[in-house]
Amino acid sequence: MSETAPAPAPVAGADRHALRAVVLAGGLTFEREVSLSSGTQVWEELVRAGVDTEIRDADSGLLPGLAAAPADAVFIALHGATGEDGALRAVLDLAGVPYVGSPAAACRLAWDKPAAKSVIRSAGVTTPDWVALPHSTFRELGAGAVLDLMVARLGLPLMVKPASGGSALGVQKVSRVEDLPAAMVSCFAYGDTVMVERFVEGVELALSVIDLGDGPEALPAVEIVPESGVFDYTSRYTPGLTEYHTPARVSEDVADRAAALAVRVHEVLGLADLSRTDAIVSPDGQVHFLEVNVSPGLTETSMFPMAIEAAGYELGEVLARLLARRAGNR
Amino acid sequence: MPRHPRLDPLADRYAARTHGMKTSEIRALFSVVSRPEVVSLAGGMPAVTALPLDVVGSMIGDLVSGMGAQTLQYGSGQGDPRLRERICDVMALEGIADASPSEVVVTVGSQQALDLVTRVFVDPGDVVLAEGPSYVGALGVFQASEARVRHVAMDDHGLIPEALEEALMACRANGDRVKFLYTVPNFHNPAGVTLSEERREAIVALAEKYDLLIIEDNPYGLLGFEHEPLRALRARNSQRVIYLGSFSKTFSPGLRVGWVLAPLAVREKLVLATEAQVLCPPSLTQYAVARYLDTQPWREQIKTFTELYRERRDACLESLAALMPAGTAWTQPEGGFYVWLKLPHGLDAKLMQPRAVNAHVAYVPGIGFFADGNGREYMRLSYCYPEPDQIREGVRRLARVIEAELDLHSTFDTVDTGTFRGVGRGGSPNIVGPANSDTYEDGR
Repeated sequence: MSETAPAPAPVAGADRHALRAVVLAGGLTFEREVSLSSGTQVWEELVRAGVDTEIRDADSGLLPGLAAAPADAVFIALHGATGEDGALRAVLDLAGVPYVGSPAAACRLAWDKPAAKSVIRSAGVTTPDWVALPHSTFRELGAGAVLDLMVARLGLPLMVKPASGGSALGVQKVSRVEDLPAAMVSCFAYGDTVMVERFVEGVELALSVIDLGDGPEALPAVEIVPESGVFDYTSRYTPGLTEYHTPARVSEDVADRAAALAVRVHEVLGLADLSRTDAIVSPDGQVHFLEVNVSPGLTETSMFPMAIEAAGYELGEVLARLLARRAGNR
Repeated sequence: MPRHPRLDPLADRYAARTHGMKTSEIRALFSVVSRPEVVSLAGGMPAVTALPLDVVGSMIGDLVSGMGAQTLQYGSGQGDPRLRERICDVMALEGIADASPSEVVVTVGSQQALDLVTRVFVDPGDVVLAEGPSYVGALGVFQASEARVRHVAMDDHGLIPEALEEALMACRANGDRVKFLYTVPNFHNPAGVTLSEERREAIVALAEKYDLLIIEDNPYGLLGFEHEPLRALRARNSQRVIYLGSFSKTFSPGLRVGWVLAPLAVREKLVLATEAQVLCPPSLTQYAVARYLDTQPWREQIKTFTELYRERRDACLESLAALMPAGTAWTQPEGGFYVWLKLPHGLDAKLMQPRAVNAHVAYVPGIGFFADGNGREYMRLSYCYPEPDQIREGVRRLARVIEAELDLHSTFDTVDTGTFRGVGRGGSPNIVGPANSDTYEDGR
């Protein structure tokens, strides 16, 4: 188990009051509601930490708004496309507006789950086998033949998920082969490419990483035990339906390897400031990478704030520190 | 204080009836509907900007500055007597000529009226009959009262009397206690259809024959495009019909003023129930509605609303006819807010919703209007709120979404998984592959 880190030094009073932050939340994706919830939480924490903070949607009013009332730094609490795929960050780069979080190119890679898995696997990190295909491949080659191959190679159960996106939207566990075509239809409603991944039974972990200036640091792992057995959208955002144990009830060895995996993922993908890696520990103690989030949820039921708290940090202070660092780099 | 592992220390104390109260993906998808980039054919919001807002504003201001001692004070549980008189005038437009103000209970919208009636009549396990589909807000009330909902089929002419009789006989044979039939006879939500004159008579006759109580929910009755309002069921039978009315569509939903018209004995229980629930309906909004009805040309305003909704209905139906792919069908509303659309065979409106949100168009999946899980191939389209050009654009986007979904289904619907190698139906063998090895390359 990694040692609990000391609380960061608070932002100096004068600096903090001079800091003007804009929190971006909302957007036009399936995860708008989650983003608004994250953004509100961030806004409240920053205000409590003494930062002059405004919350804004990512819409056509954003750039004129930032031009009229420049922010020292922006905190991106957007989930889903634009906020996580690097597009908005590229625009902020063009506008010369500093922001907390990973750069655009790293986000583009992390956003594409199959691409990120390829890079992660190449770096020696274990991740379940997968295949990612667009609808056109099934149409052209015959869905039956392609699905047959998938099942033959990957076995059952399978996880069927959109190739990008978060909050488990569109994710299904398929245990019976006859349910696979319908799962594909359902998943393709979220995007044009579906990733089918071998299901790994085990302990689910959320592995948060922050970098306050001394390099990426893994926070205590959060163990996730959904009542329904599946950590889907409902289990994530309905308090009472999932148990969270922080730190995770795993051996010190497993905790250390999980922490190392999260830091490795953060570094290999070129992420910055904060990330959350989702992983699973199989019964043999192996830690498997599932996916990484460059804009981890910060809602009342999200795992990133739990990890911050378990590490002995104050969420508002951490967010203020990250903002101050970016503002200082301007 | 450390976090509770389930984030909710009270998780084990909730009543069993709250178990269905969960965050859902549908709610998440709906969160983008309020954005201007999205054409929402989902919400049933009345076009309140067609009201003379300055006049209404100064009227409400006068009620506070001139009559604050009354309008800002508690009132009677049954509701303001003057308003109850005017409510009887409104109901007379739909043929209810014998209503007495003493039989009227003013409520916080007709939603509270429905809740009160259900509380007064329904015990857990009782059967409530309702059209299939039925108003989603009613289904929520019935679920909260732990009623069992049995849907009765409807068609383009509304509830089918033969299906109602069949349901009544089946319930009788089962020993089910049917507490009432809940029906929206005019410009149904969500189906958009209207109960025909002949069927009104037949259903009232069935109520007599089977000792059936009818809850007639009529928020849209005065919003007809083609003809004068049909006589209400309550106008045909004052003892077997409890009537629910609302000013939400004819004036303003934000004021939350509705009512129940019920026989005196029932009214007494309703008043006691509402006093236990809210003490009294809001005084200010009751005075506002009464003053509006007293001083403003409200019948002309309803005509203004009706013309506006007719134009939007026309835009919706014309676009649907021009753009929808073969195999799609929809109702032809003669009033109200809604079109009920049936998708081509095999399509599921709920599963298709993410694609629609991506295409920036929103609707309500049909499954929400059934208590029994049916309705997957249906959706409700609302034309009441967007401008006609937005409606046309929304239908255009929706047509593209349906076409893409048809394409997807044509790829996957014919797959015969029974022929997959080594995998029997229902089996879950893990037949191949070193898990998590590097021997398998991804397909990119």
